[in-house]
Amino acid sequence: MNYGVVFYILGWILKAESIFLLFPFIVGLIYGEGAAWSYLLTAGICLVAGVLLSLRKPKKGGLFLKEGFFVVGLGWTFMSVFGALPFVFSNDIPHFMDALFETASGLSTTGASILSDIEALSHASLFWRSFTHLLGGMGVFVFLSALLPMLGGNSVNLMKAESTGPSVDKLVPKLKDTAKILYAIYLAMGLIECIILLCLGLPVFDSLCYTFGTIGTGGFGIKNDGLFSLDPAVQWVIGIFMVLSGVNYSMYFLMLRRKFKQAFSLEEVRLYLAFIIVSVVIIGFNISHMYSGTEETIRHSFFQVSSLITSTGFSTTDFDRWPEFSKCVLILCMVMGACAGSTGGGIKMSRVLIMFKSVKKQFQMLIHPRAVSKIRIDGVVVDHDVVRSTNAYIVLFIIVYAVSTLLISLENVDFTTSFTSVLATLNNMGPGLNKVGPTANFGFMSDFSKLILTFDMLAGRLELFPMLLIIVPKSWRKSL
Amino acid sequence: MRIIIVGCGKVGYAIVSQLVKEGHTITVIDNNKDRLSTRLGGLDVMTYCGDGCSFSALSDAGIETADLFIAAMGSDETNLLSCVLAKKKSKCKTICRVRSPIYMNDVEFLKRELDIDMVINPELDTADECARIFKFPSANKIDVFLSERVELVHFKVDEKSGLCDKRVVDIRKSTKCNVLISMVERDEEVYIPGGDFIIRRGDVIGVVGAPREVYGFFQQFGVSIKKAANVIIVGGGTTGYYLTKNLIASGIRVKIIDSNRARCEFLAENIKEADIIHGDGTTKEILIEEGLETAAGLAAFTSIDEENIMLSIFAKSRTSVKTITKVSRDSFTEIFSQLNLDTVVFPNRIVSDRVLQYVRSLQFTMGSDIETLKKLGSDKAEAFSIIIKQKSKITGIPLMNMKLKKNVLICSISRKGKNIIPGGSDTIEIGDRVVIVHANSEVKTFEDILQ
Repeated sequence: MNYGVVFYILGWILKAESIFLLFPFIVGLIYGEGAAWSYLLTAGICLVAGVLLSLRKPKKGGLFLKEGFFVVGLGWTFMSVFGALPFVFSNDIPHFMDALFETASGLSTTGASILSDIEALSHASLFWRSFTHLLGGMGVFVFLSALLPMLGGNSVNLMKAESTGPSVDKLVPKLKDTAKILYAIYLAMGLIECIILLCLGLPVFDSLCYTFGTIGTGGFGIKNDGLFSLDPAVQWVIGIFMVLSGVNYSMYFLMLRRKFKQAFSLEEVRLYLAFIIVSVVIIGFNISHMYSGTEETIRHSFFQVSSLITSTGFSTTDFDRWPEFSKCVLILCMVMGACAGSTGGGIKMSRVLIMFKSVKKQFQMLIHPRAVSKIRIDGVVVDHDVVRSTNAYIVLFIIVYAVSTLLISLENVDFTTSFTSVLATLNNMGPGLNKVGPTANFGFMSDFSKLILTFDMLAGRLELFPMLLIIVPKSWRKSL
Repeated sequence: MRIIIVGCGKVGYAIVSQLVKEGHTITVIDNNKDRLSTRLGGLDVMTYCGDGCSFSALSDAGIETADLFIAAMGSDETNLLSCVLAKKKSKCKTICRVRSPIYMNDVEFLKRELDIDMVINPELDTADECARIFKFPSANKIDVFLSERVELVHFKVDEKSGLCDKRVVDIRKSTKCNVLISMVERDEEVYIPGGDFIIRRGDVIGVVGAPREVYGFFQQFGVSIKKAANVIIVGGGTTGYYLTKNLIASGIRVKIIDSNRARCEFLAENIKEADIIHGDGTTKEILIEEGLETAAGLAAFTSIDEENIMLSIFAKSRTSVKTITKVSRDSFTEIFSQLNLDTVVFPNRIVSDRVLQYVRSLQFTMGSDIETLKKLGSDKAEAFSIIIKQKSKITGIPLMNMKLKKNVLICSISRKGKNIIPGGSDTIEIGDRVVIVHANSEVKTFEDILQ
């Protein structure tokens, strides 16, 4: 491991975080809250630590894939730890483990909370919680690579480690330009949503926080009752923007390039939308007796499905009280997740697609053992390596899932709770079912469980490998 | 600039890696997926797996908006076709790699009729560079500028020459020749020497001036300026063929040893003045039998780098023959200064320098054109020549009043066919052709040399 490079990049991450922390500081000043100063203090700490770490520009380049994965895993951990400090300083969340859980949940765009009274927080803290969604959604390293030359072309390895999906492709030849385009689409979408919400009469603060939560597919609300009491129109807007945030960004890029035909024929996006429509319809029928009108039924069904399939985690109704069948469909949505190359979490549609196609291929091989066939997506042959890494990912996902569930079961809660609490964090969802359902929170858990779930959240956001790499002692070794 | 490169072989890769360093937007097309991912995985470029001659692959890679198209696949015909296709679809400039002597004979016709902007031929360029060295074997490397009117001769200083342990200013005083010591390579570092710089044994110095002046300078300091009388070339490939033609034209006797019977027949048919030997030139016996001990020069041109290096080391251990070693892979360039080799040529480097020179002049055409660009001393320094076409902040000012950046040196000004080694009171005027040596990574063109 080339520590020179690792420290240098970590330094830049902290410097960036110190700038991000100024936003909640400003919000705090506007509302005249004392909490603002704890954000300024943390910004100062980050700046000093960042400058110290990046003081010496590494002589040897050496940012290889290993360092890339390592520094991304470590960078997100650092960001969570430092980002948790202002909660503690301002006494909004006095217990550090709780603050860490909350920050990691924000950064990883999970939206799982340990707070039972959200409205008691200062505006600065509420803003910071939601703002971390914005940062975590598209990714901090992607952001940095848009701005900094850093370490030359090797920064490609950082993006590979941070972006989602089985195979990471650049949209344009240069990483820097790709990052700029991604952020431009991301922020433009946020801007549009925010303007619509403002037009619907939401206050500026609320619109911003909901926008961050939506486009980052995060899920932190600012009210104790979630989005239950919001205007139906607002719920529709947020629901639609959640769906849009879960779409593969290369579709938007193709649309910008006026290649509409290609954009609308992306198999992954089609599967994603089809899955949403089917789920909404069948849940709609299943829960129709619980709500008064068709509009209300469809709205709740659509909102919950889009919220869970994109791993946002907003809720407009307590779906924990829905019939078992609907809950099962929702769990299926949670597992599938959004499209690769979006801000959403979960296993990702493209992996599901590859899996189904390899199963189909396996069937074909059974019947025609001599057949030679290739797995294709959008007409392009999928590399064998990608298929293999997809399988490995699924297996790893199951292993991490099983181990986490095992450890959480030490809480001695019911199976649904421990099963869905891991699902909700590992897939960056937010709420689970039963004791961690949409109206409950994670506050009752022990510090140990919170740590496990914090790890799961970061691991889920970074697609497992970076976070697992940093807990393997071998990767900390300086030499071979 | 947006550049599309087709073909990611050794030459293609050398070009890509050089251009990436300059910050261009690059897309690479190759039909070998593994090669793309293993070679270019860590570089900030976009890759497309597809055929370089397929119209749709070119479109996918964005040929319409490209500024430059480079075809560097294995086959000449494919490259030519691919360049023609690119031109049909786009307004970009095209660079085509052509290596066969069959096409090189009519290169001007091809360029005109197929609308190709530049032809690169690694083999021919390498042969030309080697030929220059055999004509002045004391030099390590000779870079030429302004159509051979100015040379930059690299020379390794030994005790026998009178240059050892002298200050640069003293050397300048003691000679009447109109030359300039423009750079010194020592321990993998490149220095632009000031007057107080002391030349040591083992330094490689770069002397700039008109060829006659440079030779006069070396003669004065006891360096032989005689050309090699006879040269053995091991490996009669395309490079060997071009080199033989060139050397014979300047009256140097050539013997080619090649292990391929058919190739020997071809060479014997096409070059009547040279001796062609069919045999394995990498064996000791054949080399000695064919007169290694009496040869003045040896060019190790087989297709295998390792054999070329072994061959040269063996030759150096037996005689004082001047060796030129061809190396295609440039991963381990650092070690060559430690081996006792005279001159190592990297065909891929030579080509990537030429492409870079073309790209730079496309990029900075404001008032000055880069004519020639050479990377020096493992890419740490550069020399380039430029034509001053219009008035700018550097014209008309005496050099002593110019605030040059660190490690930048104006080596030569050529005005109306006459070379001036510039002093403090000289000025640069419109129409001048100027050679600049610098070891400053910020300098990309003429405008950058001022602070």
